[in-house]
Amino acid sequence: MTAVVQTAPLGRAPLDFKEGGFRRNLKRHSTPYLLGLVGMAWLLILFVIPLISGLAVSLMSGNPQDGYTFTWNWSVYSDIFVNSDVPYVTFLIRGLVYAASATIVTIIVGFPLAYFIAFRVSRRWKNALLLLVTLSFFVSFVIRTDMWAFVLSDQGPVLTVLRDLHLASKDFHILGTAGAVIGGLAYNDLAFMVLPIYVALERIDPRLIEASADLYGNKTNTFMRTILPLTRSGIFAGVLLVFIDCAGDPVNASLLGGTHTYVIGQAIQDAYLTNQQYNVAAALSTILMIVLGIILFAYARIVGTDNIEDLV
Amino acid sequence: MTTLASEGAAAALPDASTGTEKPAIAIRHVTKRFGDSIAVDDIDLQLAQGEFFALLGPSGCGKTTTLRMVGGFELPSLGHIYLDGREVTMLPPYKRDVNTVFQSYALFPHLTVFDNVAFGLRRRKVPSAEIRDKVERHLEMVGLAGYGKRRPLQLSGGQQQRVALARSLVNEPKVLLLDEPMGALDAKIRKSMQLELKRIQREVGITFLYVTHDQNEAMSMADRLAVMNAGRTEDIGTPDRVYDRPATRFVAEFLGTCNVIAPESGADGLRLPDGTPLAVESAQVRLPAGARVGIRPEKFVVTRADISTTPTGTVNSVRGRVVTATYLGASTEYEVTAPWGGVLKAFAQNLADSSRARPGEEVVLTWDASHAFVLAPSPEPTPVAVEKAEEQAASEPAASSRASEVSR
Repeated sequence: MTAVVQTAPLGRAPLDFKEGGFRRNLKRHSTPYLLGLVGMAWLLILFVIPLISGLAVSLMSGNPQDGYTFTWNWSVYSDIFVNSDVPYVTFLIRGLVYAASATIVTIIVGFPLAYFIAFRVSRRWKNALLLLVTLSFFVSFVIRTDMWAFVLSDQGPVLTVLRDLHLASKDFHILGTAGAVIGGLAYNDLAFMVLPIYVALERIDPRLIEASADLYGNKTNTFMRTILPLTRSGIFAGVLLVFIDCAGDPVNASLLGGTHTYVIGQAIQDAYLTNQQYNVAAALSTILMIVLGIILFAYARIVGTDNIEDLV
Repeated sequence: MTTLASEGAAAALPDASTGTEKPAIAIRHVTKRFGDSIAVDDIDLQLAQGEFFALLGPSGCGKTTTLRMVGGFELPSLGHIYLDGREVTMLPPYKRDVNTVFQSYALFPHLTVFDNVAFGLRRRKVPSAEIRDKVERHLEMVGLAGYGKRRPLQLSGGQQQRVALARSLVNEPKVLLLDEPMGALDAKIRKSMQLELKRIQREVGITFLYVTHDQNEAMSMADRLAVMNAGRTEDIGTPDRVYDRPATRFVAEFLGTCNVIAPESGADGLRLPDGTPLAVESAQVRLPAGARVGIRPEKFVVTRADISTTPTGTVNSVRGRVVTATYLGASTEYEVTAPWGGVLKAFAQNLADSSRARPGEEVVLTWDASHAFVLAPSPEPTPVAVEKAEEQAASEPAASSRASEVSR
């Protein structure tokens, strides 16, 4: 501190010292905001503005031929729910049920996988296995789903073999069923569940597992009372990622599903691209967003994470 | 110079090997290998009921592995472990009547202090009224009454350690294992925790097996201790016996400072390297090959040569020149060059200013024959260990990579 005063020009020394202190203060307090600036700009430009413009589009009225004008047309929302010739509510519920089922499947498949990688694999193989988990991301999402559609099709290898072995009857199909869509969703998003759970498991101090065993906890007890509670944050993060991603996804339902598996994601896509009902598409995605928001808020309250930082 | 510890204390304590009760822990010829390296090499230990026993040694000497085998976290490669006369060698931890206080405490971060302490009782289906009662009582015993609703991370290190202690003691185990429980505490808290731990141990009467690398900690608390080195126990006994009559050079040097002299054995008895006769109580005329004689620095009587009445060549006396004299208030630490070139350390109480010696002055060091002791050479590793060590040396890179994997 004294060095600073001495090296400053004599006349301005006291003022400079004060000013420096103030500047330093300002700098220290503003650093987190400066660091957050890029992220906030990103959110503003790429999220908030489209959100508002989407809301604005949903309130337009008109038709594809004459174009759309902004008219505060709130009735589009009531039309979707009440007097619509398209059962949007059914599509919405179906989409949510598929997403929830796919989330449960990813937990059932992903937790043991993450557990295996975290606790049963030597350090040398961990990264290789984690790479394998994410390997499917190296192939385009649509292409890999379409390849699944080929594999599971009626003339595809799976059903051909099953039929030849007389394990499946002639009218047994995989494609076009709810199972195929849920399976596709779960397959595509598995890594989103495995990675956060793996991180949570990896962070568990092995001494805690020993302590549980030391305090008369057998394997089941140790898992239920120690490991599972300590991975709650990982499961929570995985559920967020998988459920949100699946709820609005149109690709799996259109490539693996059929007429009975039409979901809200497809409805939004078709309203926008095929029917060019921009206001309906925008209203549907706004509704989906609000519903997801409500569900996740309720979920967060029920699961009750103590600390929001535990999520990441 | 007065003797620091009295020899008589040794007899007051029950000797585990001759006691009529079953030993609380009996470790019989236990060996533990990790790949090619031997962590614990043919250890034999018995702990009496209610005894405070310390396993002392430098890091990597196998003390923690020994404790973990008693706790059931590692299985011995060879040998047997008995608890209260019942063999538990291969039992999983949750089937042993033993609890552990871990080095990092390993408190469950997702549970409150109360739930942490109640964990073991709940697993054993103790009625909840009884759980509440016991947990409250034990939290009170460790001085944490009223902390039940807190989370472990809201507590200081010392408080966390008390919770860990209560969490183990509440189960009233036959033996409590403590794995360097004070390692993470600062020196001041450590001192008061030592006293408190000793009080608690007397209060509950449970056998403690305490692992530490801190000789002061072991000496101040333990009824008996074992000094381990390279997977073997080099000495087992009461703290004062092990300090005053250490079995090997390693033990002597690990438990404080020790002057080690290589004596010459002549026909008429032992002699110092400069020819002065050397008398060591309880030593035969002929020492085993490689044996040394040890003398603790505080056992020397330091007298300035100009006021000394001891003639040169008297039994158990060395005339030397002071190299350094470090004044420490209550005492002075001298380094004295002996006539044969070796440097001897001597600690002298500052009784009178006039008797203090300064660097460069000649002093005479004398000592009582009962204060010197014979140091046997460290025991040879068992043949299998030698074999393994040779193998390991031959395939060094492979072995070391495997060892590091294991130690993770």
